Amino acid sequence: MRIGFGARQTRRDAAASGAGEDEETKANRFRALALPHLNDVYTLARYLLPRADAEDAVQECFLRAFRYFGSFGGGPVKPWLLAILRNVARSQRAGAASLVFGEELSVGGAAQELPPLWGEAPESPETSLIKREDAVRLRQLIAGLPAEFREVLVLRELNDLSYREIAQVTGAPEGTVMSRLARARKMLREALEAQEEKA
Amino acid sequence: MNCDEARDLMHPLLDGELDAKHARAVEVHAEGCTGCAAELSSLRDLQKTIFAAQLCYPAPESLRLRIERALPRPAIRPSRREWLQGFALGAGLSAIAASGVFVAVLREDKESPILSDIVSAHLRALEPDHLTDVPSSDRHSVKPWFNGKVDAAPPVPDLSAEGFALIGGRLDAIGGKMVAAIVYKKRAHIINLFVAPGAAGERLPAIEKAQGFNVRHWTEDGVSLFAISDLNAAELADFAAAFSAAAAQTGK
Repeated sequence: MRIGFGARQTRRDAAASGAGEDEETKANRFRALALPHLNDVYTLARYLLPRADAEDAVQECFLRAFRYFGSFGGGPVKPWLLAILRNVARSQRAGAASLVFGEELSVGGAAQELPPLWGEAPESPETSLIKREDAVRLRQLIAGLPAEFREVLVLRELNDLSYREIAQVTGAPEGTVMSRLARARKMLREALEAQEEKA
Repeated sequence: MNCDEARDLMHPLLDGELDAKHARAVEVHAEGCTGCAAELSSLRDLQKTIFAAQLCYPAPESLRLRIERALPRPAIRPSRREWLQGFALGAGLSAIAASGVFVAVLREDKESPILSDIVSAHLRALEPDHLTDVPSSDRHSVKPWFNGKVDAAPPVPDLSAEGFALIGGRLDAIGGKMVAAIVYKKRAHIINLFVAPGAAGERLPAIEKAQGFNVRHWTEDGVSLFAISDLNAAELADFAAAFSAAAAQTGK
């Protein structure tokens, strides 16, 4: 994308190698390419971290991403951002003495912050209520999965990444991604069935 | 294919990761095996349930603003800010009837992001050395330059017969997207034409005056076009008409 188109490109290349790109140009590119993925990054943060830590992690992720943006080699931006978020989340968790990576999360207050209902097909109050209850329940069950299964499930089903992209984000081979995803789905399905039996 | 193989491949099948040959093999196996058919449909249901429940968390607007503020911003002159606030108020009032969403967005931003971006981009472009990434009066070198860089690669017609000389092309950020900017010139007046995919600016009036510039907006074949210049309104209208007619002829 940045191969030789006159003086300005050369300046950008110099910037990419750390010589101090025009900050405004860099910020504009970052706004256009990285910020549209904010909801994806925040979603992953909410499933990897306790709720109170998610916002700080996302902010830290975008600050780091902007710092590294000059040396970002191109390609899809979303997996790159999600990999940074994952690293931020891991170091936050490592720093928190009370938390062990792999510990289950609890999802508190999920009912109050479901996606707004505008923009959806009109539906009766009953069906939207059922939907909300489903969402709360499912979020809790996903939060209860062990971390390595939870993250591949979220990256695949909510962040819509391909196996290869998930492998990039998690550092696990594609075959491992596939088998973890299969396990994650089975665990989630069993948990759903167990809950339905209780009800 | 046996049951173990089929069950391993069901997940990549549901995730769109299997080639057609293997996908077909799994489906053929499931057609003749009730156990695997049940498993496949159960996994499909689970995926649908997850999708339908909308489990994503939208980021709080306050978080978006915090991140935005941490980024370097182009300096905004006070006169323009005032003007834009006036605009936002008017647009906000008319939008109340149309959509609660847009009102909420405006409340956060206090100005029309699209128009603000267009004026900022035009001002930036007028600074020395910022006008073009690909300086050329040859449309055959400007048009291909955009390929692969933006979602909507724009038509780049030659309008020299109508008195508008092609200066070159550039990438710019409008409404959070990378868009193509094509630069033309009439006498000493620079015209920036932004081509954005989708109906990004459909709430903007067709003609606006912003801080001494005329802005013209129209949509064509699913792309939004914004022309901004210090050219007078009538000549800018001529430019829009000439571009539109020529673009239709070149067949994009």
